[in-house]
Amino acid sequence: MAEIVLDNVVKRYPDGALAVNNFNLKIADGEFIILVGPSGCGKSTALNMVAGLEDITAGKLLIDGEVVNDKAPKDRDIAMVFQSYALYPHMSVGENMGFPLKLAGVDKGTIQRKVNEAAEMLELTQHLDRKPSNLSGGQRQRVAMGRAIVRQPKAFLMDEPLSNLDAKLRVQMRTQVSRIQKSLGTTTLYVTHDQTEAMTLGDRVVVMRGGVVQQVGSPAYLYEHPKNLFVAGFIGSPSMNFLPGQLKGDGIVVTALGEARLPDRVRQALDKSKTSGSIILGIRPEHFEDASLIPGDKQGAAFDAPIDIVESMGSDVYAYFLMKGEEAHSADLEDLAKDAGNDLHADGVPVTARLDAASRVERGKPARLWYDTSKVQVFDADGGANLVPGDLD
Amino acid sequence: MQTETTQRKLMWWGVNILVLLYAFVPVVWIISLSLKDDATLNDGNYLPSSPSGESYAAIFSNPDFLRALANSIGICAIATFVAIVFGTMAAYAIARLDFPGKVTIVAVSLLISMFPQIALVTPLFKIETALGLFDTWPGLIIPYITFALPLAIYTLSAFFREIPWDLEKAAKMDGATPYQAFRQVITPLAMPGVFTTAILVFISCWNDFLFALSLTSTSNARTVPAAMSYFTGATTFEKPTGPIAAAAVVITVPLVIMVLLFQRRIVAGLTSGAVKG
Repeated sequence: MAEIVLDNVVKRYPDGALAVNNFNLKIADGEFIILVGPSGCGKSTALNMVAGLEDITAGKLLIDGEVVNDKAPKDRDIAMVFQSYALYPHMSVGENMGFPLKLAGVDKGTIQRKVNEAAEMLELTQHLDRKPSNLSGGQRQRVAMGRAIVRQPKAFLMDEPLSNLDAKLRVQMRTQVSRIQKSLGTTTLYVTHDQTEAMTLGDRVVVMRGGVVQQVGSPAYLYEHPKNLFVAGFIGSPSMNFLPGQLKGDGIVVTALGEARLPDRVRQALDKSKTSGSIILGIRPEHFEDASLIPGDKQGAAFDAPIDIVESMGSDVYAYFLMKGEEAHSADLEDLAKDAGNDLHADGVPVTARLDAASRVERGKPARLWYDTSKVQVFDADGGANLVPGDLD
Repeated sequence: MQTETTQRKLMWWGVNILVLLYAFVPVVWIISLSLKDDATLNDGNYLPSSPSGESYAAIFSNPDFLRALANSIGICAIATFVAIVFGTMAAYAIARLDFPGKVTIVAVSLLISMFPQIALVTPLFKIETALGLFDTWPGLIIPYITFALPLAIYTLSAFFREIPWDLEKAAKMDGATPYQAFRQVITPLAMPGVFTTAILVFISCWNDFLFALSLTSTSNARTVPAAMSYFTGATTFEKPTGPIAAAAVVITVPLVIMVLLFQRRIVAGLTSGAVKG
């Protein structure tokens, strides 16, 4: 159990590449922190620096108030779960899990007892004598978890521990990881590129991009008050819709969805900001609705959507359509598209809307849709910053 | 489909038999020669008509041969052991660490193994006579190690590179010192590679004729391949074909035994299960 503090931590490789820049984070004892970002954003490097597998170029790393920059991994008393699991293939499951204790010079009886305890917790008891090569992916993952658990370290570091599992198992293991962390109460730093894991697991989420921390906060806060376009586009699935627009006076915004009047709260924030007037409007898919299902007095804006594709999920209906106009352009959004491997360019503004299952929208037919103007995000078209800061910013 | 598989099987067996014949005809021939007696040695039969152990009796009563056999085993075992110990460490460093001059070291070691040995015989002879190493065990062990090391480093570094780096990181995180990680995690996994390399190195030393012939003068350090060339027949004009064949069979046996022994250890895919897969 420990508090971990990263104080202006920098990682610069000998070739000059800057992997992590001025990383500041205070992890409270027992907290579950998620580092999330697209590949190459420096999240794994940050984790490896905490582990001691990579040197820290500048800044300070404190564990329990003690600077550990120059301590070897073995003296930091933290355990790590690797993406590849990194099980020792020549040892049985029991030996794998007992290895850290053996190295620490713990007597055989205690090792046996602790391994059995951990195995029970992870339902590995009947596999203790098997070799890792005879286990399934999920079992291997659990052995890797077990190896971290047995020595009751100050903190767990997890480097994309679930990304090698198939989708169904990943969801199961996600809840199990969460359960284990809660029951042990061990400080955990968890790296992932999967925003779903970030949203579901963490007490707080750290979104990184290009070695720089973009925003730190609880999953719900990040979802509702993304600091910039990058965070807004990264958090949430399906991701937020972005529509370039112009601010006219008096809280009127013009986008491909037509004119809309922004609520007073947003208008006041916009008045304070120094925006040129050209903005990007962010609307989450669930903030759209079929206009016929909305009572007339609810604040919002309606528009005609040329519905392209309809996917019915049973609980919801997803409608995809293309509005006329220019697609939103920004460095943040291009980074996101690159990470998602999406290099398609539409002749317009693609929009995804999540509608109520009762909606009667049909593919290929125009429909009247509505969106909740009180939930929209307004970003600066130049810098990508959110012009309506959240309560905590 | 049925005919095709039958045809394929026939082809498969045909090719197998061809390869086996190619490999075993000379072996059987030399065994056959070693079992023939003087009278039937040149009768032209592929198999001996009346097998006898005469040649074997002759070489095993020859003190020079017995001494040469001991020399061979001793010199090759020591050279192999030293080459493997240093080769393992060097290969690990080359596979895992970044240090200045790494490329140079690899290039130089490769260069040494490419060197034509015959060109080195005269200088080595001069050096060894000057140092008093001529016709001694170290006089052969040292050049053997020199040529075995590059081979060992090359093969072993390939094996080390196959071992996932994550395993070492995991060992570090589990509290291992670099030596503990090397000793308890990396070495056990590299064992198949070490054994394979040991066999290759041992065979290359065991088969050496050039150095064994030119860097020795008495049975003091002469190994079997060189000693065989000093066998004499019953008369000056008679070739000692039988005893040479018998000696050739005798020195092949340890190799076969070694390969059979270590073969069990060379289990492919020992690292499977370490990382996802």
